[in-house]
Amino acid sequence: MQLTPEARCAQTRCAARLSPFTRTLLTLCVIAAPALGGVLPEDRADVLWHSYSGGDITIQGPSVLVRKKVGDNLSLSANYYEDMISSASIDVKLSASPYHEKREQWSGGADYTHGKSTYSAGFITSKEPDYKANTSYFAVSQDMFGDLTTLTLGYRRGWDRVFKDGKDIATGQIVHVPFNNGLSQAIADHRGYSLSLSQILTRNAILGFNYELLTDQGYLANPYREIRFLSPGVGLGFSKAPQVYPNTRTSNAASAQLKYYLPYRAALTGQYRFFHDTWGVLAHTVELDYTHPAGKHWIFDGSLRYYTQKHADFYSDLFPRANYQNFMARDRELAAFHSYTVGAGASYQFMVPGVHWISKSSANVRVDHLLVDYSDFRDALLAGTYGAGNEPLYKLNANIFQVFVSIWF
Amino acid sequence: MRIAPVKLMRAVTAALLLAALAGCAAPTPWVKPYEREHFADPIMSFNRDPVSSTYLQHVFETREGARGATGSVGGGCGCN
Repeated sequence: MQLTPEARCAQTRCAARLSPFTRTLLTLCVIAAPALGGVLPEDRADVLWHSYSGGDITIQGPSVLVRKKVGDNLSLSANYYEDMISSASIDVKLSASPYHEKREQWSGGADYTHGKSTYSAGFITSKEPDYKANTSYFAVSQDMFGDLTTLTLGYRRGWDRVFKDGKDIATGQIVHVPFNNGLSQAIADHRGYSLSLSQILTRNAILGFNYELLTDQGYLANPYREIRFLSPGVGLGFSKAPQVYPNTRTSNAASAQLKYYLPYRAALTGQYRFFHDTWGVLAHTVELDYTHPAGKHWIFDGSLRYYTQKHADFYSDLFPRANYQNFMARDRELAAFHSYTVGAGASYQFMVPGVHWISKSSANVRVDHLLVDYSDFRDALLAGTYGAGNEPLYKLNANIFQVFVSIWF
Repeated sequence: MRIAPVKLMRAVTAALLLAALAGCAAPTPWVKPYEREHFADPIMSFNRDPVSSTYLQHVFETREGARGATGSVGGGCGCN
């Protein structure tokens, strides 16, 4: 059987190197974040439709989250999330052809409270054609010092299976093709350790602190993306080769959030996060959020987020030659860049007439605009016009849209 | 007047023990329960709509090198 690897790398697919685990982390937040030590979250259901459009990628789909108490001490939750991806990103255009695919994620969790403590555990599974990820987690929260302080310790473990898809020339079907080492799949393991602290400072201010240590081991590269290296006189002046990633990664992230209640019933939040990992990525995130209720029914939100990062040690937009160093990457998630995100949202609270088991409802909409300026990732599609290495730096503009309905019961 | 080293050592030890005992004592909550009504207001939640904020974090994390410690303070999942 002759196979032609179809390099279908896309922005979301490239995220497959990082994102199944990070997606898992985020899902953990969805499932269990509302739980405070000794206090179970409210019974609630959310149905959301999301849409991302930018860089010739469209991703949309639903997310459904349900939480329900069972007795006085136990709360169960379940979440279904779906991405429907249509991609013709710059990465895809450089190496292959546009594609469509779907990713589904199911998760379930339980929170049990006893006295001032809450114990949480759960399982998450994510499935897409060439990436399967499973994660389990456990955490314990404790209220202390007259409930002014909540301390949370968490641990998680993830197991991923990575495949590489290509087109079977004989049948035209998309099938798994072997990696360079001849194996049909690769494996990646993940571990995460976290510590969180929330502290009421005054009757109007609360401080949050989070620390997270994450370690990965196994196949961490994207099997579709390629590096490029100078080859004067050949084609557009560059050639392509597979990326080579380290097999391990350890990262440290710490963040602080300060939320303040303003005298006229509004809230102001400032956040900062520091990030560093063994790949040499150093990042800072700053965010400011403002929440303003209006009347009995409306709540408006506005936010501004700034993010900046230094590129990974083994990243280059254009390597001087083939096999230039032992590890080589051109994933733009590892490039140097900074980004701005401006967002606004509106929420309308209402009662559903005649439905007594629903205590409260809300209809919500949120729009965010993301602008990314890369410092060392060039638009290689323009190499024919400008020459390899002299192309304009790439910029990404994206619009992110969410609409969702929530009910409390 | 010169203090003997042994006496000085005892004084320092006593001071440290007192400080340690003071540190072990549970602090009196300086914000009383009846003064915390603002924290019951949904606008003071760090994560008012988890399904929405988590999606937005997903958008960022798939496009950035950084990951983790993204908020949701006080969560029982250890995912913060």
